[in-house]
Amino acid sequence: MNNCLSGNEAVAYAIKQINPDVMGAFPITPSTEIPQYVAQYVADGEVNTEYVTVESEHSSMSVCIAAQAAGARSVCATSSCGLALMYEVLYVAASCRLPITLACVNRALSGPININNDHSDSMGARDTGWIQIYAENNQEAYDNFLMAVPIGEAPSVRLPVMTCMDGFITSHAVENIELMETDVVRKFIREYNPENYLLKKENPLAVGPYDVSPYYMEHKVLEAEAMKAAKARILEVTAEFEKISGRHYGLFEEYRMEDAELALVLIGSSAGTAKAAVDKLREDGIKAGLVKIRVFRPFPSEELARALAGTKAVAVMDKSEGFSANGGPLFAETRSALYDLKERPYLIDIVFGLGGRDVNTEDIEKLFGRLANIAVTGEIGPVYTHMGQRSKEEKA
Amino acid sequence: MSTVYNLKREAEKPARLTGGHRLCAGCGAGIVVSGVLRALDKEDRAVVVNATSCLEVSTFMYPYTAYMDSYIHSAFENSAATCSGVIAAYNALKRRGKVEGTVKFITFGGDGGTYDIGLQSLSGAMERGHDMVYVCYDNEAYMNTGIQRSSSTPHFARTTTTPVGSVGQGKKQNKKDLTEILVAHNIPYIAQTAPIGNFKDLHTKSYKAIYTKGPCFLNVLSPCPRGWDYPTEKLAEVAMLAVDTCVWPLYEVEEGVWRLTYIPKKKLPVEDFLRLQGRFRHMFQKGNEWMIEEAQAYVDQKWERLLERTGA
Repeated sequence: MNNCLSGNEAVAYAIKQINPDVMGAFPITPSTEIPQYVAQYVADGEVNTEYVTVESEHSSMSVCIAAQAAGARSVCATSSCGLALMYEVLYVAASCRLPITLACVNRALSGPININNDHSDSMGARDTGWIQIYAENNQEAYDNFLMAVPIGEAPSVRLPVMTCMDGFITSHAVENIELMETDVVRKFIREYNPENYLLKKENPLAVGPYDVSPYYMEHKVLEAEAMKAAKARILEVTAEFEKISGRHYGLFEEYRMEDAELALVLIGSSAGTAKAAVDKLREDGIKAGLVKIRVFRPFPSEELARALAGTKAVAVMDKSEGFSANGGPLFAETRSALYDLKERPYLIDIVFGLGGRDVNTEDIEKLFGRLANIAVTGEIGPVYTHMGQRSKEEKA
Repeated sequence: MSTVYNLKREAEKPARLTGGHRLCAGCGAGIVVSGVLRALDKEDRAVVVNATSCLEVSTFMYPYTAYMDSYIHSAFENSAATCSGVIAAYNALKRRGKVEGTVKFITFGGDGGTYDIGLQSLSGAMERGHDMVYVCYDNEAYMNTGIQRSSSTPHFARTTTTPVGSVGQGKKQNKKDLTEILVAHNIPYIAQTAPIGNFKDLHTKSYKAIYTKGPCFLNVLSPCPRGWDYPTEKLAEVAMLAVDTCVWPLYEVEEGVWRLTYIPKKKLPVEDFLRLQGRFRHMFQKGNEWMIEEAQAYVDQKWERLLERTGA
């Protein structure tokens, strides 16, 4: 089915097709529309989801945790400070091995308060034990949400999944999108039949113990192993999804990387802008390429190292400021991934787009210019700079 | 099932909170929890929800659970939301034919997890109207972390964050009246009770709360030998004195109608309750008589108001 939908509506439509048992609902810009659309599906009898209108995001995630532990498939959506308010219980969800699906519509964190897009919300939650999959556009936002269900629920994984899309840029822009038939979706996601759950009559279950030193570490290692196992499961599910949709997804997307000497690594909707810049530079004979990270947790370390092995200079573009004084989170992961290569490309970090600051093709082209210079001279200059900020002379 | 209370019959039911948990000797929480759970009809299943608390760390330390029913603990401030989630799953799975039989939902939180950090979550759950019982076992301070004051701690009580010193005289503020806050939610059933005597009051109110449709709230005074500083064998006496001095009146509000469920034959002076506990010891020092007077005046005022409200 071809359609024209905003990113939020696309995810809401995915939820409608999944018809989850439980949804925790609380408004926050820009994800508000997702629970709004679902409320209408409930009101119209198009889903029979138990729709719980909680009094905070903390309670929204708490409802999902409890519902999933009780044997229900649960979903929710949030943004920014809403996700930050959930942080405590995001860890609880992951450590209880509850495959909840959450749509994170990425927005800057307070303070100062700002409603526009960057990745500081979900990047702050990167170590909570959730799988994180990022979308470039509406189609991916829809597809990722559907794929999240069989990824998280697999017995080898049993982890919650956060699917992320850029606030407003993706969530509110209306684009052409190809939707699946609902019966195909249902077959793809399967029934949720957990082995053990609170409401199982034959076997009462206790969830969320006080876990003392002789056990805690073992449980954390099991969680870490599940995250490692998630990589294979993601590839299984994307392959299965390709069969029914014709759309191919990997852990990341390589764009014109075959012979690329200069490359960008980034996440989300800015990939569209970067692809346009890469195309233009290719026309000029510059061997430019792009790696768009889709799966940030588990981080595709070995795969990314292989993809960048042939390059001379790489710029990582972080859409969040990590305040590490050493670059953003994507840079830290990428630099770590490249460490084991025999010959490493030069690497710089560009923090960009904070609080919705725009980035255009000229900015990207200019950045490639800097990479070309680094590749020739070997002079990196400042390793970590901010793009497009006005108070200092722009370094990128 | 007959609602005429019979201690022997109730005590013969299989325990739902089993022995072997790690709560202190002389602690009220275990008695309160087993007392509430005993009010469940034998054939009914339950899911017990628990806020982080002494109760939680003492009854579900991995890999041992003291509960015969399903149980979930998530965090400190979200037990009412957690219970909402379990109920949402129950409704959804019931609708889809995946769950059979009756399941009851009972949440336990301490006063820290209820009066303070969990108040928002509790208020939300009550307003939404989930069919649950929320039980606050109120021991009047953060006992699990080592006796810090909460908004439930009474005036003058010594805690580790309201110490008594050359200037400090224990907690400066009065206890928050959470039961009245819950009354303001217009839920079908609210009661204040305590583990006293043959547990009839606790049992009867628990039964009502569990088998009244909609959100119900029980505030149960739960003495703590560590925080209140009384000899462990005095648990029953301390609880009884709280009730007989009208420091902790027993009453219920059913569909908006207030009713006293216990009127002391002789209302005892508040110092009878205070004297038994180390946390109030400084109130009995020479020169501090005004503290006892103030405490008495506050109790009298609250009691008079309650008598008016209940028409007793």
